[in-house]
Amino acid sequence: MFPLREPYDVAQPPVSAAPVKLGRAIVVTSGKGGVGKTTTTANLGTALAKRGVSVALVDADVGLRNLDILLGLESRIRYHLLDVLEEKVELDDALVRDKHTPNLYLLAAAQSREKEEVDTESMRDLIEELRERFEYVLIDCPAGIEMGFKNAVVGAQEAIVVCTPEVSAVRDVDRVVGLLGNAFAPKLIINRVRPHLVHKGKMLSVEDVNSILRLPLLGVIADEPDVIVSTNKGEPLALRSDSQAAAAYHAIAARVAGEDVPAPMVEYKETFMDKLGSLLGGRR
Amino acid sequence: MKARKIVLTSGKGGVGKTTATVNIGAALAKRGHRVILVDTDIGLRNLDLVLGLEKRIVFDLVEVIEGRCQVRQALIKDKRFESLAILPAAQTRNKDAITEDQMAGLIDELATMADYVLIDCPAGIEGGFRNAIAGADEAIVVTTPEVSAIRDADRVIGKLAEKNIPMRLIVNRIRPEMVRTGDMLSIDDVCEILSIELLGIIPDDEEIIDTTNRGEPLVLGEGYRLRSIYEKIVRRLEGDLIPFTNLDAPGFFGRLIGALKAG
Amino acid sequence: MTLNEVLTRLNRIFGRENSGATAKERLRLVLMSDHLSLAPDMIEQMKQDLVAVVSRYMEVDRDKIDVRFEHQDRVFAMLANVPIISVNRTPSPPMSRPRRRRRRKSTVQQDLQGTQSSSGTQPAAGTA
Repeated sequence: MFPLREPYDVAQPPVSAAPVKLGRAIVVTSGKGGVGKTTTTANLGTALAKRGVSVALVDADVGLRNLDILLGLESRIRYHLLDVLEEKVELDDALVRDKHTPNLYLLAAAQSREKEEVDTESMRDLIEELRERFEYVLIDCPAGIEMGFKNAVVGAQEAIVVCTPEVSAVRDVDRVVGLLGNAFAPKLIINRVRPHLVHKGKMLSVEDVNSILRLPLLGVIADEPDVIVSTNKGEPLALRSDSQAAAAYHAIAARVAGEDVPAPMVEYKETFMDKLGSLLGGRR
Repeated sequence: MKARKIVLTSGKGGVGKTTATVNIGAALAKRGHRVILVDTDIGLRNLDLVLGLEKRIVFDLVEVIEGRCQVRQALIKDKRFESLAILPAAQTRNKDAITEDQMAGLIDELATMADYVLIDCPAGIEGGFRNAIAGADEAIVVTTPEVSAIRDADRVIGKLAEKNIPMRLIVNRIRPEMVRTGDMLSIDDVCEILSIELLGIIPDDEEIIDTTNRGEPLVLGEGYRLRSIYEKIVRRLEGDLIPFTNLDAPGFFGRLIGALKAG
Repeated sequence: MTLNEVLTRLNRIFGRENSGATAKERLRLVLMSDHLSLAPDMIEQMKQDLVAVVSRYMEVDRDKIDVRFEHQDRVFAMLANVPIISVNRTPSPPMSRPRRRRRRKSTVQQDLQGTQSSSGTQPAAGTA
């Protein structure tokens, strides 16, 4: 039975006798769906791999997989997470190399299975095995706090929580952070900020969000239509050099890697259209 | 007359299920129907927050099912309407606190007290989803014109079809200017891929963020563009054949360029 | 033509494919793949039907039949590998009766005769 009142208790993996430095396993979660977990996993993974480290991305959203389609790898998936957990294939056979970025690999979720079919302990062992081979393992967590969440979290040592500046999202992140407890040192990304709305007082500001959540901030990313275009094409935004969001992901990757760069922020700049809009008379 | 029990679902999170539940429910209530909204997202409740009733919660859905209170004690009446009430989810429990049969029984009981019972379903297709659809006779599938949302909606449609639940589609957050430049799937594209009957087309509009922040349903305010769209959705739900009307794209240049459908 | 159609055509002319069109195509293929992975019974039934049809024309090794779906970047295809044991002998097509070849008056000869008489040379002997 999944304990909810206490912080989620994750036993630390036993210290390995082998002289291998284990990679970092980070779960990307949020509680609320649609805030950008999968987009963040794909882009952060790309940005990290571009720095020269080896990265494995794990899609834990069994039954509703989308990490593959965000990376443009949907036609290359032969085997998936459950095939590996059920020992039908070796891990190597299931890992798919990214189209665009060397050192980046994907372990896709199963599409025609259910999250309840994942054995939690096997999942923990699998993440451990991935840590032995990759410097970073990013786990894309499904929405919610049911079995999918539990299985995504087991095996991770760190968490990145993604939030948008909306009341429901903030509330859900708060809940999830409560469930994670202290073991994961969660860090925050605030996504899909619309600075002109914040300026008009119609959207929560970064300060508002952080004063409620009080988590170390990795960065803030603005809402951009280019995210939709990049999903359409299956080419993560972090591959481009002309996007603010891409730059933000790279800065976040640097911070995750331990570099002392400032957290990317989103500034409000009044555009010509804003001025014109208020000149023509604002609607409610 | 027997109440209609409608679940709003999507697969993908964050496409606007809860917002749609609130605004459709409020618009139905404004037209004189007795409406009950049910939040089935146990552990991650948000229906109360979006409607601005979060401070008035005393009992929740799980406590009703466990028999610790009467249904009427848990229902929160929204005083801004003649007959709109919500049954909030539990926040500190998890989704296996109740079974599908228990949920179906609860929805049936609510159906004796209302004309419409709208069930707000959690994201995903796990236990919370199965519980939410257990009590429903009809479904509204909500999607956005984005690849992941449509893929998830397709999966959900498959699951609803397995249970023979009739369904209709709302496409939310369409951006006419992006459809025009070919950078977003059009309504026709979405309908062709998902092949279920269309109930509503809702353009992306920033005014929704402000209304959900303040807990104010669109139908209560004046001058909201989206308000008339929700009113049309409600008329279609009631059985009227309302055509999807032309939409002036938001913005100065949009009006010059011409119209795309919405409604 | 709507503005959307104009833009789409212009984009095609200049070789840039709209991401919307790309998205639609990718979705179409990925949903096929998703639906197939959810229908193992249907695929099994289809395999049996396939075997039944092919067996009307040739004897096949039913145990070694392999039906696979390949999802390439722009294409979704079904590949069936059906080992054949023997192809049924069919009756030979009926023999056709021999026919005498008829020689027709050659138009080439007529042309040549016409040319040669105008230039004054004698036609070659032995033409029919």
